[in-house]
Amino acid sequence: MSKTPEKQKGDPETTGHVWDGIEEFNNPLPRWWLWTLYICIIWAIGYAIAYPAWPMLTRATPGLLGWSTRGDVAADIAAVQEANAEINARLASTELTQISADGNLNSFAVSSGAAVFKTWCAQCHGSGAAGAKGYPNLLDDDWLWGGDIEAIHTTVSHGIRNDDDDDARYSEMPAFGRDELLEGAEIDQVVNFVMSLSGDAQDASQVAAGSVIYEDNCSACHAEDGTGDREQGAPNLTDAIWLYGGDYATLSETVSNARYGVMPSWNQRLSEAQVRAVSLYVHQLGGGE
Amino acid sequence: MSKIAYAIPVTTAQTPQSTRSDSVSETDPSPNLYAAREPIFPKRVSGRFRNLKWGLLAGMLGIYYLLPWIRWDRGPSLPDQALLLDLANRRFYFFWIEIWPHEFYFVAGLLIMAGLGLFLFTSALGRVWCGYACPQTVWTDLFILVECWIEGDRNARLRLHRQKKLDFRKVRLRVTKWIVWLLIGLATGGAWVFYFADAPTLLVDMITGNAHPAAYITVALLTFFTFLFGGFAREQICIYACPWPRIQAAMMDEETLTVGYRDWRGEPRGKLRQKANDQGAGDCIDCMACVNVCPVGIDIRDGQQLECITCALCIDACDEIMERIGKPRGLIDYLALGDEENERAGKAPRKVWAHVMRPRTIMYTVLWSLVGVGLVFALFIRADIEMTVAPIRNPTFVVLSDGSIRNTYDVRLRNKNGEERPFRLSLTGDPTLRIQLEGTPYDSVPVPADTALLQRVYVVSPRGSDASGAKATGFRFWIEDLSNGERAYRDTTFNGRGK
Repeated sequence: MSKTPEKQKGDPETTGHVWDGIEEFNNPLPRWWLWTLYICIIWAIGYAIAYPAWPMLTRATPGLLGWSTRGDVAADIAAVQEANAEINARLASTELTQISADGNLNSFAVSSGAAVFKTWCAQCHGSGAAGAKGYPNLLDDDWLWGGDIEAIHTTVSHGIRNDDDDDARYSEMPAFGRDELLEGAEIDQVVNFVMSLSGDAQDASQVAAGSVIYEDNCSACHAEDGTGDREQGAPNLTDAIWLYGGDYATLSETVSNARYGVMPSWNQRLSEAQVRAVSLYVHQLGGGE
Repeated sequence: MSKIAYAIPVTTAQTPQSTRSDSVSETDPSPNLYAAREPIFPKRVSGRFRNLKWGLLAGMLGIYYLLPWIRWDRGPSLPDQALLLDLANRRFYFFWIEIWPHEFYFVAGLLIMAGLGLFLFTSALGRVWCGYACPQTVWTDLFILVECWIEGDRNARLRLHRQKKLDFRKVRLRVTKWIVWLLIGLATGGAWVFYFADAPTLLVDMITGNAHPAAYITVALLTFFTFLFGGFAREQICIYACPWPRIQAAMMDEETLTVGYRDWRGEPRGKLRQKANDQGAGDCIDCMACVNVCPVGIDIRDGQQLECITCALCIDACDEIMERIGKPRGLIDYLALGDEENERAGKAPRKVWAHVMRPRTIMYTVLWSLVGVGLVFALFIRADIEMTVAPIRNPTFVVLSDGSIRNTYDVRLRNKNGEERPFRLSLTGDPTLRIQLEGTPYDSVPVPADTALLQRVYVVSPRGSDASGAKATGFRFWIEDLSNGERAYRDTTFNGRGK
């Protein structure tokens, strides 16, 4: 029957475990290696006491050191805010038009403004500031209420047509169709005229008729030549940019029912430094004046 | 040193006969699964391999300690340290070469070369890295040298170790040794941090207490671990902690030269005196010289073993004895497994070059050279100015009030020169496209020395042009260094209204 292999001098020591004639050699682990394991265990116990470790029902045990990732982040944010306090104060107090001349201040404003924009503005104007139907594209060179830094700053500070800020920019276009100020045929004519302003060739007779209606009803705000009026936020009708769309159907809709775009006022939610930062950011996107 | 049984028994060890058995052996029922480290007291030895190792030790430690102190003038705005890993500014300086983060493939290439180099040396010469070049070996060698100077050679150290009584002499010797070890560790850790900052400045800062805590912590850790690894852990690191010895076996074959014992010549061993009358006796006189000098505490006569770092000190020790007793050298020698078979069969061993020059090593050499040549080539065609172009895709284009189409690009201009250079931007590919730089009415922009400048660039296509109507139009951005006319380009795309 079976027999364990005969031991010979010089054979390695075995653990005594044999299975199918296969013996397990004994290669003793160094004792110090075992000690490193014990040291790690002791370290782990100390760690579990000092730091948040054991999961409880609502949160982990807090740990004796009181450390937490949230606290860590809060401390980081506080440190950044403290470090930026001085430059933020400078940003809030420097003359608006002078900021872009101060390279360091300007680059701080633009990069912090980008963060403000992504947090508060991107919902309507898009993360790339390209806007959407009814929400102006901030990248182009067309501005409803003015595109120099001071005008942008005023718009951001007080907003447009909101009820929260008495200084909000305000104007209202009449709903020519809904309020029966113009007949349907007259609206068609004026739409034809408006489309011709930006070089879209239309029926000449319609255009001629529309020009009379335009002069009587629209030129007070949009100017006789159709270039609009920034004081009233009246769009320039001669350029290639349309906030709601420049096709026939959209323009008919606009003339009939008017538009009433609203923007919140931000000086109540953001600090002056943040408002300025985001204004400078928008100003340097490619269309600033 | 306990005997590790998974050593490959190439020569004498006999494998147990395999017999079916499901019962537990009656031998020692509970063998000890842990063992204390048995201290090793390597004897001083001299010879050609010892001399080679001293030379390598001096050379490598010299390079390590002195390299950060070599100066290299790169102009006023760049560091003048020949070798500097500037992590804060993301630059790697090596004499005339400066590596930017986007050129990290050079580092990857060097690592591949290092890997292939190790394959080459291991397949040709076995664990030659372990025996000669590994920092663990080099520093342990240095620490043992210090030990020999302070406490004496093997026998003196053994006596000191066995002396139970802690008298003044023992304390003095131990403390002196530890202080010297710690100083070496301090120099080791100190030299390390100099690779990452301007060495003279950092040294003054560290002495005056103004250096960054990271510098002190690094030095402290490296000092401690040099002290621990070189002074106490020594061969334990090689045997239990290092993965490299285990991996190396995969690269060795029967032609690989390793340190071996010619047991067919040496056995049966016996004391010289008894041998005088014995015709059948082998050359080995069992003087234990090879065991006494071994820094890992093994007996090379047991065959190739996992612990052996092929430091070749046993060759020196045995050669000395063989000469003294008038026998030929080489009882212990660099041998390949193939040699053993040849020599046992009475054939002459193959020459060293025949071992080294074989398809495997040649292939490694060729691969190694290919990577090296590729890196050198890449280094030479590198330009001093570069750019990358990232088209802004949110939105892909903007309609301006006159109906023209504008695209925006984030262009990174890299000036690798040591002084500011004016870069002019232009484009080719479509005559209707106009280029416009953000923040400046000019078409050129100054790029500071050793800087990547982010410049937003607008490209405008007038209303009705092909590019404004097409979905996409390819064109090429050019930059020109106006100071010397050097140019670089990048191809990119202009997005139009498309239909």
